[in-house]
Amino acid sequence: MTSKGLTTVTTFRKGLVLALGITMTAVSAAACGGGDGDVPAAAGPNEHVELTLATFTEFGYEALIPEYERLHPNIKITHRKTGQGGPYAQDMMTKLAAGSGLADVQAVEEGHLSDILSKSSKFNDLSKIGPSSAQPDRWLSWKYDAGKDKNGKLIGYGTDIGPLAMCYRKDLLAAAGLPSDPEAVKPLFATWDSYFAAGAQYTAKTGKAWFDSAAQNFNSMVNQLPVGYLDTNDKLTLDTNQGIKDAWAKVTDAVAKGESAKLTAFSNEWNSGFKQSAFATKACPAWMLGVIKEQAGPDNASKWAVTAAFPGGGGNWGGSYLTVPTQSKHPREAAELAAWLTAPEQQIKAFEAKGNFPSQAKALESPQLLNATDAYFGGAKIGELFAEQAKKVAKPQYKGPNDGQIQENVASPALQSVEQGASAADGWQRLVDGAKKLTR
Amino acid sequence: MTVTDKTAPESRAMTRPHAATRPGLRDRLARWDVKVSPYLYVAPFFIVFAIVGMFPLLYTAYVSLFSWKAGDDNPDFIGLDNFKELFADTQFWHALENTVSIFLLSSVPQLIIAVLLAAVLTLRLRGATSWRVGILLPYAASLVALGIIFANLFGPRYGLVNGVLQTLGLSPVDWQANRFASHIAIAIMVNWRWTGYNALIVLAAMQAIPKELHEAALIDGAGTVRRFTHVTLPLLKPTLIFVTITSTIGGLQIFTEPKLFDAMPGSNNGGSTHQFQTVTLYLYQTAFENFNLGYASAIAWVLFLIIVVIALINYFVTGRLAGRRR
Repeated sequence: MTSKGLTTVTTFRKGLVLALGITMTAVSAAACGGGDGDVPAAAGPNEHVELTLATFTEFGYEALIPEYERLHPNIKITHRKTGQGGPYAQDMMTKLAAGSGLADVQAVEEGHLSDILSKSSKFNDLSKIGPSSAQPDRWLSWKYDAGKDKNGKLIGYGTDIGPLAMCYRKDLLAAAGLPSDPEAVKPLFATWDSYFAAGAQYTAKTGKAWFDSAAQNFNSMVNQLPVGYLDTNDKLTLDTNQGIKDAWAKVTDAVAKGESAKLTAFSNEWNSGFKQSAFATKACPAWMLGVIKEQAGPDNASKWAVTAAFPGGGGNWGGSYLTVPTQSKHPREAAELAAWLTAPEQQIKAFEAKGNFPSQAKALESPQLLNATDAYFGGAKIGELFAEQAKKVAKPQYKGPNDGQIQENVASPALQSVEQGASAADGWQRLVDGAKKLTR
Repeated sequence: MTVTDKTAPESRAMTRPHAATRPGLRDRLARWDVKVSPYLYVAPFFIVFAIVGMFPLLYTAYVSLFSWKAGDDNPDFIGLDNFKELFADTQFWHALENTVSIFLLSSVPQLIIAVLLAAVLTLRLRGATSWRVGILLPYAASLVALGIIFANLFGPRYGLVNGVLQTLGLSPVDWQANRFASHIAIAIMVNWRWTGYNALIVLAAMQAIPKELHEAALIDGAGTVRRFTHVTLPLLKPTLIFVTITSTIGGLQIFTEPKLFDAMPGSNNGGSTHQFQTVTLYLYQTAFENFNLGYASAIAWVLFLIIVVIALINYFVTGRLAGRRR
């Protein structure tokens, strides 16, 4: 099928889905419980309903849940919180495979979304069962579109996002004779070429590393491409994808010039690297500011700065979705809860509670967000800055099954091996072989 | 009709001579007691074992015959294809090499040091109990905490070990990048934890050796070293066999230490080029990261068979050695 044919089908389906969605909401609003086949009917307004909500790390929902229960006296919510995202995703996949144990509203991280989308039959289509308030225009279009499977079925409502900007060490750049003011530094971070060229200059002058690790940049570069590791037929593109090859060449070239501090992200050594000023720049999704503050510590306050520029335009790293698995006994109530939690008003509250950057168009215009500043980063207006970056994100790249595993378990280690001394060609072969093995 | 049918056998039973039935029944019960009771007493173990041991083992064998991705509704039956693929899988053989290398680097020094430690602990020491408890402390500490601490110590840039090496004028080692260095670092973690544990088992066996044997050897003019090699060691043989087999099984299943040693948090890769990925880590990655359950089951069964074979070799070799001495 040509890509044009596919789009026509999708548009047609979209229309159909929308029409169905409106009918469904009308039916469920009348509370007479007409269902479409296997989706259980909505409970009556006085019927007692118990819902579970599963999230990981911090979603900022602690105060919102009692509020929702106050607004809906017949609903009782149990919030299951998990510390780390990795074990959470593993647990989720196991329960998905087992066919039981998932929560009514299950949060899914962007990195694990491709695994969920390839099993979309196990999730409810939120555009069908969700309330009418949750229309596509609530979200940034790229965030909304990324929550749909190949056939246009909406699996998740977007919660937060991680728009990318560039964080850098003002003092280190100034010491190397580079511009350091947030406005003056922007041209350095305009394209990947200018970024790596500035890095080469910095490294030649100081003998120190420009960025933390090759994988951090490579992932962003691949995500910016129109086609990633897999095409829409779920076929591996590595042999033909010039964009990925170019990204590989640029990153490994920068490693050869000594621009990488060779610190694996989130490792202990990486944490120490912040304190030791091991690198001068860092790809910075909105939530990274908190990580930098914690790891670099008060000693480095206001040495770090952030600017509204990112090589190659914009990008997104992180953020989550709320899904309603078909395992749920109360999918309509669950969808309503998910829709309420992802409404702009609630996401602004979550932003104020835990700093999760909202993905809702209205939330990005809210004065509470736009006026937020951060003293650690020299009083930068971070709300406005990341809202600006969020609007620069291009349309979402299609992520096939195993996309996340290729990035995490194949591409990142392959780049790490190059940093540890392997040749760029060997590393590339490792990436191709590993990806082939995974997608076989 | 039915009523008479029902009552008929009962009435027959009632008419039986009383004296004849009672000893007969008691007799039979007593015989059953002798025959059946022992099985009933051991039954709970076998029932529990069948549920939690046997069933998973057999079910894993069943799963290994399928191309089974987690969440698949209808996995395809592919016979022994998973095993065929596994025997041609270089990553598996690489992982097996790593496992054996780490196992040898840990078990061999570990057992030697454990025996020597036990020998020292049998001497009259001040505060003997506190020394004995002391060597068990690493075993009591949380494995995960130890793993994180050791991974920090062996950090390539900011690790303490490299810091010490550099102050001594030696060049730092990239413990995660170099295959052999990573095996040594992991073996040190394993030894740290298990040496004391094994030493205590050996110590218990040493103390069970009758004093008279040592006294007799002393009278014959044997020195400390000679008494150790000719009295203590031969009598320790059964214990050493036990310790060797348990550490073989544990060593071939090593998982937590290499997992926590990886610089990438939560990674099951065992280093950038799988330098220290063990078979269990590969198995875990296949099953719970790539959700390829059929292939993972095949790995599990091959690992199981390898462990059985090595344990049998161990048993026969040590048995042969013991037999020759006797």
